[in-house]
Amino acid sequence: MMVTQQSSSGDPLLKVESLVVEYAVGGKTVHAVSGVSLQVARGETLGLVGESGCGKSTLGRAVLQLRRAVSGRVVFDGQDLSAMQGDALRRMRRRMQLIFQDPIASLNPRRRIGDIIAEPLVISGVKDPKRRQELVGEVLGAVGLDPSLVAGRLPHEFSGGQSQRICIARALVLNPEFIICDEPVSALDVSIRAQILNLLEDMKARFGLTLLFIAHDLAVVKAVSDRVAVMYLGRLCEVGPSEQLFSNPAHPYTALLIDAIPVPDPEVRPAESVPVGEPPSPIAPPSGCRFRTRCPRADQRCIDEVPELRPVAPDQYAACHHPLIAAG
Amino acid sequence: MTEPALLSVENVSVDLPTPRGNLRAVDQVDLKIGAGQTLGVVGESGCGKTMLSRAVLQLLPKKAKLSGRVMFDGQDLVRLDPERLRKLRGRSLAVVFQDPMTSLNPVLTIGTQLIETLQEHLELDGVVARRRSVELLAAVGIPAPEQRLVQYPHQLSGGMRQRVAIAIALSCEPKFLIADEPTTALDVTIQAQILDLLAREQRRRHMAMILITHDLGVVAGRTDEVAVMYAGRVVERAPTPVLFKKMHMPYTEALLAAIPKIDAAPHTPLPAISGRPPDPTRPIQGCSFSPRCRYAAGRCYREKPLLAASESPDHHYACFHPIQVTADFCA
Repeated sequence: MMVTQQSSSGDPLLKVESLVVEYAVGGKTVHAVSGVSLQVARGETLGLVGESGCGKSTLGRAVLQLRRAVSGRVVFDGQDLSAMQGDALRRMRRRMQLIFQDPIASLNPRRRIGDIIAEPLVISGVKDPKRRQELVGEVLGAVGLDPSLVAGRLPHEFSGGQSQRICIARALVLNPEFIICDEPVSALDVSIRAQILNLLEDMKARFGLTLLFIAHDLAVVKAVSDRVAVMYLGRLCEVGPSEQLFSNPAHPYTALLIDAIPVPDPEVRPAESVPVGEPPSPIAPPSGCRFRTRCPRADQRCIDEVPELRPVAPDQYAACHHPLIAAG
Repeated sequence: MTEPALLSVENVSVDLPTPRGNLRAVDQVDLKIGAGQTLGVVGESGCGKTMLSRAVLQLLPKKAKLSGRVMFDGQDLVRLDPERLRKLRGRSLAVVFQDPMTSLNPVLTIGTQLIETLQEHLELDGVVARRRSVELLAAVGIPAPEQRLVQYPHQLSGGMRQRVAIAIALSCEPKFLIADEPTTALDVTIQAQILDLLAREQRRRHMAMILITHDLGVVAGRTDEVAVMYAGRVVERAPTPVLFKKMHMPYTEALLAAIPKIDAAPHTPLPAISGRPPDPTRPIQGCSFSPRCRYAAGRCYREKPLLAASESPDHHYACFHPIQVTADFCA
């Protein structure tokens, strides 16, 4: 794709270039990510939204090289991760961490919290147990847990919200620059969700982090993101500054997502016009624009021609032949 | 509510024995729903909303102890004999669960499950039941309903499975539907479709509904009345527009404030509720929300506030320090 989605000056921390990820399921190919390009500037939070199966988690894993891409590049701090192997890759991975949706499932039930958080330190060669304990204490304190009460206990003694705090502490212990948060609050109740979102914002400021925040909930994504990328069936539909993208969506899919959010206000009538239909299978995605089968604006051109990401407003890009706003 | 109640839950409590002691899942709940009305029951996980719905359906775990009455159409479901109860459920009283995979039988085709329900409850013959099944699948927005009859649940997407579950629930023209987090497992665009479908079918059939959800957004646009639950109790109950305009219970306020708003600027800190819900096996003296409440004072820690009417008779709340004016607190 030809555009550079530059939001601030200087080199972006992360550059994803024409990334393609596919995998085989029962002799068929799942087109999970089909040519996605994006950039994340240092200190920025990029939100990545889309419905289940759109490839957003696969994209996150491919960035960390947990799943290798078929083609395309992932450049982190100027270095091409896709070309790296073994120790070189492991050294880079220390600078990048991942937080998952299900905090309870991502903690080993038989290990004590202190050991779980110290494990990355052990692997990265911090040999002095005292030093490790010190660092574990620091991150536990940072996420709002008392190390003297928590470090010796087992995961089952903690609620979902507390477990997510522990996962965040583990992600922070190596002092990374970049964290991918993959649906970090979807499994949490409303009252706990707000605590964790606030904590992520605090940690970002305190540790100078850059975040890729993956979620299906647009309001949650907007609450933490500087820019938002909308994904549908393996491709990016739209990228832009959060505020702008939500007030002036250019891609019909972005507009559909925004309309579908239930608003906690009885005076706002739910949109009646949500079109029936579901995302097609990523095994056989539609030709041309992948959203065309559900799009009210689709015509012959959308069947024949894959839309490229094009600028529609300053810093805002949409991959649509018939955007809701046109470049002025 | 002016119409006589179709369903009334009267002083219902549910106790569950656990290794850690008695767990009071539902604590002295009173509710009424008239024909054609929708009641939203809102609360976080563990607040007792699902146990309450199971108490209404008489589908509680075997060890659970239920007290109180559940009056449906003039009969007390708690004391009804199992055979009549079984006839009532599915026929007049239907349910849609969160995960359609657990309510649909994975080894039977969609057609078998629909046709069986129709034959069992309406005593239709095979041909008529089959025709009705196709009509029902079409009514809930399933494309190519004929072909779906021979498919198994795993061959459908989550949204389609939930449509099938709704078709089965609606098949016998129930007077009353309990929808327990019917869209929580679904994507947001599919959620909107399913909620629209439920609302449309409800209007058409003049069916009463309890919509159980953790999402105040879902409740706002789709219910006539809302009951907010916390730690097993109903802590506030009011007609939906009244509740959102003038909530009295600090928990309701805090819950609404904690939701990220789509029109808020990015990086606005959320007013989170500190702490977490109490352990239901360790009852709290006084108001259950008091440890997390920013208005709590003296009496709140000693006495349990009862659900009582406010200045408007339809609006009930359980709080010693209710919020009085809340014109635009969330703006």
